Amino acid sequence: MLRDEDRIFTNLYGFQDFGLDAARKRGDWDNTAAILQNGREWIIEQVKESGLRGRGGAGFSTGMKWSFMPKNVVDKPVYLVINADEGEPGTCKDRDILRHDPHKLIEGCLIAGFAIGASACYIYIRGEFYNEGSNVQRAIDEAYAAGLIGKNACGTGYSYDVYIHRGAGAYICGEETALIESIEGKKGQPRNKPPFPAQAGLYSCPTTVNNVESIAVVPTILRRGAGWFAGIGRPKNTGTKLFCISGHVNKPCNVEEEMGIPLKELIERHAGGVRGGWDNLLAVIPGGSSVPLMPKETCDTVLMDFDSLRDVRSGLGTAAVIVMDKSTDVVKAIARLSSFYAHESCGQCTPCREGTGWMSRIMQRMVTGNARVEEIDLLLQVTKQIEGHTICALGDAAAWPIQGLFRHFRPEVERRIQAYRNAAPLAAE
Amino acid sequence: MSAPASDHGHQHGHEPTSFAFTQENLELAKRIIAKYPEGKQASACMPLLDVAQRQNGGWLPRVAMDAVADLLGMPRIRVYEVATFYTMYNKNPVGKHHIQVCTTTPCWLRGSDDIVHACKNKLGIGLGETTADGQFTLGEVECSGACVNAPVVQIGDDYYEDVAPEHIDGIVEALKRGETPKPGSQIGRRSSEPVGGPTTLAAFTTTQADD
Repeated sequence: MLRDEDRIFTNLYGFQDFGLDAARKRGDWDNTAAILQNGREWIIEQVKESGLRGRGGAGFSTGMKWSFMPKNVVDKPVYLVINADEGEPGTCKDRDILRHDPHKLIEGCLIAGFAIGASACYIYIRGEFYNEGSNVQRAIDEAYAAGLIGKNACGTGYSYDVYIHRGAGAYICGEETALIESIEGKKGQPRNKPPFPAQAGLYSCPTTVNNVESIAVVPTILRRGAGWFAGIGRPKNTGTKLFCISGHVNKPCNVEEEMGIPLKELIERHAGGVRGGWDNLLAVIPGGSSVPLMPKETCDTVLMDFDSLRDVRSGLGTAAVIVMDKSTDVVKAIARLSSFYAHESCGQCTPCREGTGWMSRIMQRMVTGNARVEEIDLLLQVTKQIEGHTICALGDAAAWPIQGLFRHFRPEVERRIQAYRNAAPLAAE
Repeated sequence: MSAPASDHGHQHGHEPTSFAFTQENLELAKRIIAKYPEGKQASACMPLLDVAQRQNGGWLPRVAMDAVADLLGMPRIRVYEVATFYTMYNKNPVGKHHIQVCTTTPCWLRGSDDIVHACKNKLGIGLGETTADGQFTLGEVECSGACVNAPVVQIGDDYYEDVAPEHIDGIVEALKRGETPKPGSQIGRRSSEPVGGPTTLAAFTTTQADD
């Protein structure tokens, strides 16, 4: 188990004030100028060495992403954009950073912005997080008043502005180019890539988009050293991580733990165990709604990190652990996700716009068993036709939960179809 | 091109013929526009639609969308596109209290069906409907992003968390009396901590000041 002294988010639950004075007592903004004075290259190298992988779901090296930004841009501005459009079902970790530790995020915005040569940062906060966004705005105002950001930030001569931009209810804006479109005042529909945001992002200027948690851990990594962060967890899966444990546990909660903690230990130590005991576990979705579920026997031993979960054909995603006990109608649980994706498809790409609705309708019939057994393979074939054939990953995200369901629970659906036919043999013909 | 708000024939009676930002909101709009680079004022479209909606009692008639378009020098159709794309812009009138129950899987696993049922019973309306006195609108939303505090109900700008069906009566009655029921966990835990207190961060969570 992670030691308390290695935890970054010491005000995760908001026992203390989120304001500047309390944040400083927790170690934020402690001689930030000295960090910046080490220079851009040093910061990027340290973040690379720490092994930090993006906390928004994709798990790409944060330092590497920064290194893709063009150097010596003189003819146009460079932007940092923070993705605080948290909406992946199961996920509610960034919310705690925004409302309880906003100064960690803002200090991280300054350091990351400096590292990529940005002149300004927009923090895109989902519209429903009204109070959380207000806390961030208050923290930004405090940071300006204290000279930490703005002209001559921290007395370094570097000028840097931080703004918030509120969303208005669209899951798709969590996709980085949809998010950029949304800041530009348009519908949130993802852009074709290339060009990637590093070349042409916000207002066609070089842009890096990072998740809240990825940026909020950076100041601590640079203060305590890349080696400290890299020493936590497992190789290529380093550091601490915020986990969200929801569903059928005795004590649902958020908690910061070591990357690679066994799933069973995470649930039993922090979330009070599975309702009715570990043996009452049916399945777990380990990384937010987009990743395939895992049956109990996988959950018994799996470790919670990028590579371990990929090896069992699931994923760490946002580290949002959705627990389902044996009372769960698992077909209905996944069908509900299918209707979520149908609702949230932006409508731009035909396979996703038409496919998510079609899959959702078929899944509703699978719940009751009002289907033919051949339709299972037809459904799986359609998931394959959507996956990889759309501009963004929402199509994939809609396909994977269904594939995961049938990989592990196909006999249950077949049983329902048979039971439905037995109950109404004529109607089913 | 028919304007979005007129797609709903039964709502015609509500559609006002004009909308003008208040002086105070015009000042606010200027501050919002200044957050974006010169020439990129279209970026202010979303925040200004929010300002307009709040000024107009929680919904956006077409004339309010037009006012935003004119203020920003945008073609009106671009503003309609934005207003109809995002779910938080209400294209029809809503009650004074907009009750939105999250029913996505994490909330569903914790009993959101029972919450929807309790709300329908208490208010005597279905999803997407408004009470006859115009006080309450009931809706269903996709993931609110507070999953470890499921089930979650958003009312106005506030989240009500760890909600049980028996909480609904008290919350609605308080709203009827003009009070704001205490947001956050309805079972008294602090934000996303495990019930009974954190399993971590002993030194940072021992001095339990009250909210």
